Amino acid sequence: MNFIPNFKGFDFFPHDLRLPFMRYRDIAVGMSVVGMLISLALFFTYGLNYGVDFKGGSMIEIQATKGNADVGAIRDKLSKLGLGTPQIQEFGTAQNVLIRIEQQPGGEVEQQAALKKVVDALGTDYVQRRVEVVGPAVSSELRTTGFIAVISGLLAIVAYVWFRFEWQFAVGAIVALLHDVLLTVGLFALFQFEFDLSIVAALLTILGYSVNDTVVVSDRIRENMRKYKRMDLNELLDLSINETLSRTILTGCTALAVLLSLYIFGGEVIRNFNFAMLFGVIIGTYSSMFIAAPILGYLGLRRDGGDKAAASGPETAKAK
Amino acid sequence: MLHFSRWKIVVILLTVLGGLIAVTPNFLSRETLDRLPSWMPKRQMPLGLDLQGGAHLLLAMDADDLKRTWLLAIQSDVRRVLREAKLNFTGLGQAGGVVVVRPADPKDNDAVLRELRKIPQQVGNALLGTAGADIDVRTTADGGMQLVPTDVGIQNRISGAASAAIETLNRRVNNLGTAESTIVRQGRDRILLQFPGLSDTTLLKQLVGQTAKLTFHDVNAQMTAADAKAAGRIPSGYRVYPSAEREGEEYLLRDAPIIDGVDLVDAQPGFDQRTNEPIISFRFNQAGARKFGRFTQENVGRPFAIVLDDKVLSAPVIREPILGGTGQISGSFTVETANTLAVQLRSGALPAKLTIVEERTVGPSLGADSIEAGRLAGIIGAIATVILTVIAYGTFGIFAVVGLVVHLLMTVALMTLAGSTLTLPGIAGLVLGVAMAVDANVLIYERIREELRNGKPPISAIDTGFQRAFITIADSQLTTLACAVVMFWLGSGPIRGFAVTLVFGILTSIFASVTVVRLLISWWLRANTKSRRTVEVPV
Repeated sequence: MNFIPNFKGFDFFPHDLRLPFMRYRDIAVGMSVVGMLISLALFFTYGLNYGVDFKGGSMIEIQATKGNADVGAIRDKLSKLGLGTPQIQEFGTAQNVLIRIEQQPGGEVEQQAALKKVVDALGTDYVQRRVEVVGPAVSSELRTTGFIAVISGLLAIVAYVWFRFEWQFAVGAIVALLHDVLLTVGLFALFQFEFDLSIVAALLTILGYSVNDTVVVSDRIRENMRKYKRMDLNELLDLSINETLSRTILTGCTALAVLLSLYIFGGEVIRNFNFAMLFGVIIGTYSSMFIAAPILGYLGLRRDGGDKAAASGPETAKAK
Repeated sequence: MLHFSRWKIVVILLTVLGGLIAVTPNFLSRETLDRLPSWMPKRQMPLGLDLQGGAHLLLAMDADDLKRTWLLAIQSDVRRVLREAKLNFTGLGQAGGVVVVRPADPKDNDAVLRELRKIPQQVGNALLGTAGADIDVRTTADGGMQLVPTDVGIQNRISGAASAAIETLNRRVNNLGTAESTIVRQGRDRILLQFPGLSDTTLLKQLVGQTAKLTFHDVNAQMTAADAKAAGRIPSGYRVYPSAEREGEEYLLRDAPIIDGVDLVDAQPGFDQRTNEPIISFRFNQAGARKFGRFTQENVGRPFAIVLDDKVLSAPVIREPILGGTGQISGSFTVETANTLAVQLRSGALPAKLTIVEERTVGPSLGADSIEAGRLAGIIGAIATVILTVIAYGTFGIFAVVGLVVHLLMTVALMTLAGSTLTLPGIAGLVLGVAMAVDANVLIYERIREELRNGKPPISAIDTGFQRAFITIADSQLTTLACAVVMFWLGSGPIRGFAVTLVFGILTSIFASVTVVRLLISWWLRANTKSRRTVEVPV
């Protein structure tokens, strides 16, 4: 192995840093509660801009065969078809246009008929790059399964955390996860970004990433509880978050770098997905430190139960 | 922890080698693969429709349509069994999804009931406890009798029809010339069609959009459809059929066909020799030819109707008996519609109407753009990860990068072996998997640093670092796995593609980022403790 140069990594992190997270927990939790309430309000007032997956209807991405696409002309042509108000926007480049036709009254057959009208009206100046038509039956099923997927994802995670840690950790985790999901949904409601199946996948991944972070901090809390039996709980939570902070930041930066690359270069089709993921990684990291851990402080942790088991274990021996 | 027995090293290296071999076909062209010896793996990871372009159609079977045809069949069964038993009956018809009939003479009640009980069949799966008769025969208080299709019967009907529909669709789309199409059942009454490389779905939709049930009917000689409607009474056994050609035109036809498409053995598009219009010429099998011959012999000078999907295509007058079992259908066909209809008639009718409930088509240019974008984003993301890791952890960072390469390799190998398709969300999943695999190394190295700061000797610090971090890694991976499994289980389309890569990423990350990296570090330690007495850990 001598052909590999030996050089030390750059340890950027001031390891004796002790940030007083718990001192600001009330402010942090308060802000998050306000954020969650705003998200809920946005969700119920603005609502989400559902994509065809959930709302039904058609989406057609077209590309001009020569020159740039003429959004105005397309709008003129399509508004005459009597298919409601088509949404027409440039997509990625000036050549590409995304057309959304709302779900037509009637049934499955009417959606296909609408698509045919649009395609006929566009003629040969444009080629279709993507067509998505979702009928009323499928869209309502996708809505249901999407909702169930997020809820079962949450429950699966919480069940695991409950199984591995004490119940207080599970409470902290579920509140933190709800927080992440709500804020992401609120952001999509605020900016009216399209919310489709891929965003549900993003929400589930955010859940996974966020709980990953929470578990790392929780593991450390559990370890420190065995190590420092008489330390004040808030002090112990602070210590645990600080001790894992270098890892939190490094992993977070790597994930952000990768997601940023996907967001910038990954193409128009999955841009919303990557946006949700970027936001989710930040919010998920935040919630582990500022939501999940403080909740343990509020709920309190039983300090003696774990000690008995640990007293005979290797951890205590090493700590002495 | 840092000692590896020889066999363990061999197992690790063989696993990586296996991964490498499994991945290789993905980078070779089809021709190169064909030239390889037969024992080499040739499986490539198929690209999803969003990457290679193609069409995805989800069809739903019209259960109402199916029930309607079934009720008609029950009705004619009732007529047949009662006639065969020479029992008189009245009021045979349908009411609210039920076939009703009444014995002409109440004395015959028991005999009629006995005959009707011959109609239901046992269906379903006895093992699953879902078995039962497909029709329930009941008597009503006023002396009538009802034949009620049971739930088991309807389910059985639908699933039978779905299988039959898949066969028919397979025969129909064979004519499209797309080699790798898949047609599979989804759920109870849905059929999923996937056509890689097909971006113009017009013809496909025409092919699947029509039941193509061809029947030949007797035309009522006494009265026209307009007369019957004016009189407000349609003669029993007859029904009004609309014309396929002219709006508003209607025919009064006997409901039971003389002959139907089942007896058709061939249908070819062609041209009428006199008018040069597109037509379809057909040929009956022997039984069909005999039936048709007898009917035309008996009815020279009278019209009969050619009906397609309950609409009258034409109603020619029989000039002379048609005994050869061949004939031609004219209508206002274009060359294309004649071609499509000929294919449909040859392939047989669908058991029920299929409606398109979901369509997703991606053109080849978008697919290529997506691959390009995914590749670029992946490369840049990977470079960023490598730079961050090596700066943060030096030599050990290089080991972590090797671990990441192995991770990516094994993930793609597993996906290739499992035959799962790579989709655009899948690429995002791969890239994200790498970012999460880095986390394992970050956890280990941060822990080693911590142990070193606490004054542990290097080797013991490394050892404890791996041990302690492992618990956390396992916990965090398992929670993510729980999430990914839910995604796979409930998700459809993009969610599933993403979940698959995530699951494989998690499965390989412990091997790649923990085991392989630990092996590299143990080799490094051996090399460096020989040359120097104390080791300085480059982390």
